[in-house]
Amino acid sequence: MSTQDLSSTPETRMLNLKLRIWRQDGPHAEGSFLDVDADQIPTDASFLEMLDIVNERLIEDDVEPVTFPHDCREGICGTCGVMINGQAHGPEKATATCQLHMRKFNDGDQIVVEPWRAAAFPVLKDLMVDRRAFDRIIEAGGYITAPTGTPQDANETAVPKEVADTAMDAAACIGCGACVAACPNSAAQLFTAAKLAHLNVLPQGQPERWKRTEAMVETMEDYFGSCTNHGECHQACPKEISLDFIAFMNRDYIKSKSKNRSLASQ
Amino acid sequence: MLDAKIPEGPIAEKWDNHKFSVKLVTPANKRKFDVIVVGTGLAGASAAASLAELGYNVKAFTFHDSPRRAHSIAAQGGINAAKNYRNDGDSVYRLFYDTVKGGDYRSREANVYRLAQVSVDIIDQCAAQGVPFAREYGGLLANRSFGGAQVSRTFYARGQTGQQLLLGAYQALAAQIKAGKVTLYNRSDMLDVVVKDGRACGIITRDMLTGEVRSHSAHAVVLATGGYGNVYYLSTNAMACNVTAAWRAHRKGALFANPCYSQIHPTCIPAGDEFQSKLTLMSESLRNDGRIWVPRLHDDTRSAADIPEAERYYFLEEKYPSFGNLVPRDVASRNAKTVVDEGRGVGPLKNGVYLDFAAAIARDGAEAVRERYGNLFDMYERITGEDPYTLPMRIYPAIHYTMGGLWVDYNLMTTVPGLYCLGEANFSDHGANRLGASALMQGLADGYFVLPCTIGDYLAPRLGDAPVPTTDPVFAEALTEVDRRTRGWTEVKGTRSVEHYHRELGKIVWEYCGMARNKTGLTKALSEIPALREEFRKNVKVLGSPDGVNQQLEKVNRVDDFMEFAELKVRDALHRTESCGGHFREESQTPEGEALRNDENFAYVAAWEWQGPDADPVLHKEHLSFENVRLTQRSYK
Repeated sequence: MSTQDLSSTPETRMLNLKLRIWRQDGPHAEGSFLDVDADQIPTDASFLEMLDIVNERLIEDDVEPVTFPHDCREGICGTCGVMINGQAHGPEKATATCQLHMRKFNDGDQIVVEPWRAAAFPVLKDLMVDRRAFDRIIEAGGYITAPTGTPQDANETAVPKEVADTAMDAAACIGCGACVAACPNSAAQLFTAAKLAHLNVLPQGQPERWKRTEAMVETMEDYFGSCTNHGECHQACPKEISLDFIAFMNRDYIKSKSKNRSLASQ
Repeated sequence: MLDAKIPEGPIAEKWDNHKFSVKLVTPANKRKFDVIVVGTGLAGASAAASLAELGYNVKAFTFHDSPRRAHSIAAQGGINAAKNYRNDGDSVYRLFYDTVKGGDYRSREANVYRLAQVSVDIIDQCAAQGVPFAREYGGLLANRSFGGAQVSRTFYARGQTGQQLLLGAYQALAAQIKAGKVTLYNRSDMLDVVVKDGRACGIITRDMLTGEVRSHSAHAVVLATGGYGNVYYLSTNAMACNVTAAWRAHRKGALFANPCYSQIHPTCIPAGDEFQSKLTLMSESLRNDGRIWVPRLHDDTRSAADIPEAERYYFLEEKYPSFGNLVPRDVASRNAKTVVDEGRGVGPLKNGVYLDFAAAIARDGAEAVRERYGNLFDMYERITGEDPYTLPMRIYPAIHYTMGGLWVDYNLMTTVPGLYCLGEANFSDHGANRLGASALMQGLADGYFVLPCTIGDYLAPRLGDAPVPTTDPVFAEALTEVDRRTRGWTEVKGTRSVEHYHRELGKIVWEYCGMARNKTGLTKALSEIPALREEFRKNVKVLGSPDGVNQQLEKVNRVDDFMEFAELKVRDALHRTESCGGHFREESQTPEGEALRNDENFAYVAAWEWQGPDADPVLHKEHLSFENVRLTQRSYK
């Protein structure tokens, strides 16, 4: 039997859904909702596969399909992400849009699908937004300078397991932007803090710690709103990045102001 | 005709000798050279960052919104390195030997030895960048044993090793973008290579936001554009992975090597329904603790829990007592296919085998199992709705990696001077089968350590030459052709979607050129593919405008290239009448049903030369000589 020789599984149920999907031609175009009846959607389909099915039907009817961002469909590349009934990545906790399955919905549901809404993420088309502001934050200092070929043996520097685990907890961020989309202020504290903490807790990250902190935080503020501790970002995060990292970043930012000055005077 | 340019000397000294003998570009002169790097996965991002650190002017291209989205990010399990931190007898030579053997003796010894040598530097490099590798309590790096290896040489970052290594390379790239040494072109789809007087001088891209087609020139062009697994439609590759960059280079003169080699990964979640858009891989590290079995009875309808121990067929443990569940990927995959074909498959579609953690949970406790595989278990539950802590997982093989690719010499240069190819996109290091945790190793070896050294050999004599200006007729001609081809799709006004044709192509390639192949099927595919291609070109329906975001238009170019590539792949599979690694010809097997090589007639790399759309490609052979590893019939009994 081949994996492509397929028929419906016995457990699969079919849903009839009412979709309201945001359509917008470009960053400066006016957008509007498209109402579509999405009938006979299998519960085993992922949310993006549901959109695939809808698009195939639109093409059949000579309607241009809906543009939506997606790639790995394994919840790791961070390309996908839409607002589903007002929630970034939809109703399931710790789950990116591509990993959300239709078995979480009920027959007859109305589902409103919109792009991330944030001034720093202009809509490019339909559900696709421009997230390059995130790259600017990384370029500002989200790295450890270690030119290829220069390092010592990897085991020369011991990293306590707890520290490595904390760094990994922060580094798990996939850069999808749900934190910004979920935030009433469109702030990017959780994304920035995750990258910053990943590098700042590690011994390898110490030499550039204060310079990195100042540059990343201030670049973030050039693009995004301010944090007022709602915690919506953590609720929406598909990787459950902890709010503690924001506290860590705030502490490091204050320190960076004096540390960077004292370094400059040396 | 095919000169691999393998350096002189004993295997252990070749790379050092070569580094000494290649021409160098002095530090002050590097800024006089422009290099284009296409792709920002592990190979592309590491190459772009390293070249920029050296002083070259780099233009990096990705069709993603950000370099960090490249599909390297999805690699789960780990990265091999011959560090011997575990004191278990590992060495550069053993990693080299294992890789050549694992590749079923169809790789180039000198390349593989170099790969094993630089593997240790990769770990140092990545640790220095802050990649959060798993650590022991003492703070030193942890290792695990990984599919097919008898030593613990795999470094890992939970189940997200690819993500962390890619973020390391992306951050190094970001630093160079900030420094002004790399110009990043995101959302840019490379649609052609430009060649002048036999040398690569640039590329043509389409801006995926505006639809504008543009020329870019440089002294050298580097392709790091990934594999061709999506020719099967269903694979573990991301949706946008494609063969276009490599295929367009092939049409411009780069030979394509071993396209029939593709790897089936044994531990994927079985397909559920016809709307399925891709298959999801579960890291094969799961095989360290999971036991693979099917019911002994054919067409057994009982649930797993109701099948007593004596009626469970642990087929890998029984057939391969010393390796058990850890046999190489191709062996594990074919055995799964065998039991499913026999009617022992499990799950609603009877298209899977069990991967059972009950013994590991009883031995180590659920918490220890969660610590090791928690994120994978969560992912499985999200997709299937089943809890693997209480029910055995269901798995089945899926297309995962492609060993073939553009032919490159020891310097990683293709047969077009000035055109290089790195990572999964080239053919060089894995032979007919890749070992687990070796893809990340090869991508980073090529990008961090090999190319930055070898590219100087090509550039040094060109000091003082200006890049070919984009006003040159070769650019105008290529640009016009790309624009014509792309716009043409919206004029076809057919009746079926791009997706439909991709799916149909995938069915043919999977059926006749998948896990097992034979002459009858391959011959059939060779007549079905051109017929489908012809229909596709006449009847595909692409809506919307070419002058803006148009995901259908992006895809139709890729599917068109897959249609041509698929034919070459099948042709290669038909000509190679032996079995080796991931290429299993049913006509060539041992009495036990293992792949049977034919070293006398097939110990070569098959490199195909494009002769135009209406002519058969010409086969060139690079003969493989094995001076250090003795060819044996692989046996994992």
